[in-house]
Formats: sequence, C-alpha cells, structure tokens
Amino acid sequence: MTASSSVRTLLRSDTGGALFLALLAGVAIVVPLLNLVVPPSSPLHVSTFVLTLIGKYMCYAMLALAVDLIWGYCGILSLGHAAFFSLGGYAMGMYLMRQIGPRGVYGNPILPDFMVFLNWTELPWFWLGFNHFWFATVMMVLVPATMAVAFGWLAFRSRVTGVYLSIMTQALTYALMLAFFRNDMGFGGNNGFTDFKDILGFDLQQDATRVVLVVATAVALATSFLASRLIVASRAGRVIRAIRDAESRTRFLGYRVESYKLWVFVFSAVIAGIAGALYVPQVGIINPSEFAPINSIEVVIWVAVGGRGTLYGAAAGAALVSYAKTFFTGALPEMWLYALGAIFVFVTLFLPRGLIGLLPTSIRAR
Amino acid sequence: MSASSLDMPDVSLRTDTLREMRDAAVRRAPGPLQGKILYLEGLTVSFDGFKALDALTLYVDPGELRCVIGPNGAGKTTMMDVVTGKTRPEHGSAWFGRNVDLLALTEAEIAQAGIGRKFQKPTVFEFLTVFENLELALAGNKSFWRMLVARLTPGQRERIDEVLEIIGLTAQRFVLARTLSHGQKQWLEIGMLLMQEPELLLVDEPVAGMTPQETERTAELLLSLAGKHSVIVVEHDMDFVRSIARRVTVLHEGRVLAEGDMDQVQNDPRVVEVYLGA
Repeated sequence: MTASSSVRTLLRSDTGGALFLALLAGVAIVVPLLNLVVPPSSPLHVSTFVLTLIGKYMCYAMLALAVDLIWGYCGILSLGHAAFFSLGGYAMGMYLMRQIGPRGVYGNPILPDFMVFLNWTELPWFWLGFNHFWFATVMMVLVPATMAVAFGWLAFRSRVTGVYLSIMTQALTYALMLAFFRNDMGFGGNNGFTDFKDILGFDLQQDATRVVLVVATAVALATSFLASRLIVASRAGRVIRAIRDAESRTRFLGYRVESYKLWVFVFSAVIAGIAGALYVPQVGIINPSEFAPINSIEVVIWVAVGGRGTLYGAAAGAALVSYAKTFFTGALPEMWLYALGAIFVFVTLFLPRGLIGLLPTSIRAR
Repeated sequence: MSASSLDMPDVSLRTDTLREMRDAAVRRAPGPLQGKILYLEGLTVSFDGFKALDALTLYVDPGELRCVIGPNGAGKTTMMDVVTGKTRPEHGSAWFGRNVDLLALTEAEIAQAGIGRKFQKPTVFEFLTVFENLELALAGNKSFWRMLVARLTPGQRERIDEVLEIIGLTAQRFVLARTLSHGQKQWLEIGMLLMQEPELLLVDEPVAGMTPQETERTAELLLSLAGKHSVIVVEHDMDFVRSIARRVTVLHEGRVLAEGDMDQVQNDPRVVEVYLGA
C-alpha cells in the first residue's frame, strides 16, 4: 500500500479530518505566497506579524490535538500538557541560545549571557550537545517523553484516575514552573531564553526564515494529525475508547490498561513537545511562565470549545479561541479571562460536542 | 406454573427442551477424571472486620454448569472477585486447574489464562458497535503495539460471525452497543466472554431485569455453553436456577452451606431456614 492510498483509507470515514488537512495545506501554500510574493502595498499582502501569528496558532493546534488524544479518546483529563509543550520549547531554546555564540551582550562564545551574569565559568553538563541541531531535536522528543513515562508510569500503575490525576498533572506543571524559575537550575531563571539570532544559520528576523518555520509547523501539525488518526482508527484506538468508557471491563478482557494509557500519554506528550519546540523560534522567547497551570487549563478549554474526540475539532478550537484571545487582549485586555470563562460555560451548557457539534453528522468522524 | 399457561402457552415444552439441553451438557463434560477446573480452599476475605468469605472451600469440575445461590451478603460476588483477581484474600488458595495460581496473577493475566467474567450490571462498550465490542474481546496477544497494527483474519471474522449468531445479534452487528436493550446487552456481554474462548465463565446474575422470553433465551444460551466451557452462574431467580442447574452450591455468611442437586438443596433444612424459607 502506498503512502497516499493509506492516507486515503485513513480519512475515508473522517470527512472533517480531510477538510481540515485540505484547509491546512491551503494555508501553508497561500499565506507564504501572500507574504513573500505579494508586495506590502497590496491589500492582499499578509504581514510577517500575521504570518507568525498563524504559525503560533498552529503550534497551539498541535498542543490541543495532543490533549484531545489523551482526554477525548482515552478519558484522561491532563491539566499539565503545557509542561510537555514548555519542555520541548526549552530544548529548542537551548539550541537557539548556543547559536547566539559571541553575539551576546557579554560576547562569551560558549556561555549564554545569563550564565556569564551568574559568574559561571563553564557550561553545565546538561547543556552539552545543544550546539548541534540534531541533538536538540532528539531532546525535544526525548525530554517530554521521559517526563511523561516517569509521571505516567507512577500514576497509571497506582491506578490514579479522574480528578485526582488531573490535580496531579496541575501539580506537575506547577512544580516545573517553580523549578525553572530558580536561577541555579541553569535555564535562565525567570527571564528564560530570548534574543535568539538564527536557526541552522538562517536569520530568525528574515521573512523567508519565518515562512519556512510556518510551513514546517503546518507539516508537523498535519503529520501529528495523521499519526493520531492512525492510532485512533486502529484496534488499539478502539481499546483506548473502551478504556475511556469502561476501564475495569477492558482490564477484565485482558488488556493491560496501564500500558495503553502510558503509550498514549507519552505519544501525546511528544506531540506537545514538538509543538513547543516549533513555537519558541517563532515567538522568540521561552520562560517559566509557559509552565503556568492556567496555560494547561486553557488548552482544555480549546479542546472543549472545538469539540473533543474528533482531533480536528480540537485543532480548530485552539485556533479560534487563540484568535479571540489575540482580539480581546488587544481591544479589552482586562476582559479576556471573563470572556474565556464565559465561552467555557456556554460551550459546556449548550454545545456539549463543541463547535464541531454544529456541523452536519456526515462530516463528523466517530 | 399452570396459572400462567395462558400467558406463556409453551412453557412446559420449553422446560423439556431445557432439561434435554442440560442432560446433553452433562454428557459433553469431560468428567471428573481430569481433575477439577477450579480449586478454592479456605478463602477468607474481610472488609473492616466483616467476613465476606469465611474459609470458603469450593471445587468445580471441567465442563460443569454450577449455580451459586445465597442471600445478599453471602459472599457470592466476593468469591468471583477473588477468582478474577479483583480482591485478594487474607487466607486460602485459589487454583485454576492444577498449574495456575490465581492469587499470583493480575486481573489481565487471569483473563488471559482463560477465566471470563460477566458482571451483574451489563458493561459493554457503549460507544463501540456490537461488532467492535466482540472484536476487542478476541483472544490473543493484547499489547498496545500489536493492537496498533492488528487486522482481523478471515478466521477471526468467522468467529465473530459465529458468536453473533449464538447470541442472536447478527442483525445488530453495526449498531452502537448503547442502543441495545437490557437483555441484548447481557447477551452481548456473554458473547464477549465467548470471544475470549475461556475455559471458565463466571456469570453474575444473568437474568436480573429480563423479560420471561429473554430469561428463557439466556437459559438456552448458558446451557449451550456448558460442557465445552465450565460455567459458574450466580443467580437469585430460583425458577431460572432450577431450569439450568445440575449442581447447586448455597453460600451463607461466606461459607458453603449446602451443595447438591436442586431437590437436595431445596429440602435441606438449613437452606430452608436461611434462604428458601423466607
């Protein structure tokens, strides 16, 4: 079976997913053209600001996808997924910091500015290797995955479920935030990393570099979507939904529920980590506030608004709510949290299937 | 029975059919020479000082259909919990055949070893179709990575079709399980047990809440399974027990009070006192 025919098989029962991928492909082709080819004087020109905003929303969409996989399909309400997102972001940030080299304020060719400021004389061991892009890439996947394995193995093996698990995930991200705030952790304390110069030798301020980043994000989003769809459509995916609906029944059928939960959790954390890694070069900063518990809760709201258990619904919800946030924080900054709360209450009361529930059933995937 | 002959005209005929099926099941059973399929010895379980099981000892023959009855709190469900690994006893031993120590295994391992359980309240996967429910219950390697690439073989498809036939849900194969009636859910769950090809089936109150027709259909279903599988049925409905059971075990306060055929048990004065006399 060729790759394209297996994708077609995968999407046969998922019209909404196919539409989502088509839309994503359209955005990934048209927006860069409108940015690079159409002159700034034209009303059709897409500014670099908007381009980057779209890239940012796509990263959020990946994060929402990760949460939908674990919550919508496996029934595990993770309120700590921003932690995996931030860990991936920090891995990318470490690479970008090493790329600055002697161009920093203190001009130290090896040590990032904040280490010089702390009077450190040598690079801590855990920073070694981050000058190589391949190494950083491996870490973007490995670090969130390891954290997810450690947390998930302990939590699922002890059969922590429901609201207790949600609280523990909040504690996880909060603990990481406090840890990353400390200067002696070696991750820049509360300032985090910023002032990035280039990635793989390309200037991050160049429009062309930004376009490539947006396209890369679109590709990563599409790949994550298809990979998640592959899992969900397999028999393992049906086991996962069975766990969501009747966990102990699934166990009595002979499935090792803990191991299923763990694999999905780890996969979901990896998607979140990659999303974070793509986010950092586009927004140009990563600091411990990314670990803030509220961020993870916001992701859950994106998923609920979009419609959980469809994957593309979560992605759409992330983009829509983030757009609303961009709009509100510009127009009425103090109103945003109220608006977010109101959206969540409205969706919970009147649209239990989220905005996707408004679509005709022929489009919705099961 | 005679008073209800207007409502259920062929009830006597059906009872005969069931009796025939019962005898056939007994003939199919491999007999006691092969040893027991289940050995429960001296099992004690207590919850906050209340002894749910009190040195319970019980043996089940291969291919047997055993009914377990007893008043509420007699320890019927706890016994099933111990056999399926949900509850660990303080004392005693539980062996499945001669080689499998049930107390050393997890729930999933016990299920893999060949013990299937049907719960009191039907629990099927509501948001999966009838077909998918049976598919998930298929025996075999159930690791995440295997299931990620698993495709149904023609043999497995046939097996699912066969079970759909046995439980009478062929027409409903593609509907979501949540849309089934109570009785149909119970049968689907028995079907899911069959997919696991278990040697021993534990069935908890299969006919609770069923219509008389559904009850009769369930009796036929269970009898058709005995012989090939060993079946333990926990039930309150005495008519139902009488129609299917050859051997009945009466539990009381976590112990075996009496064991024998239905007539022996019903005439046992201790049983009459604690249970049937009420």
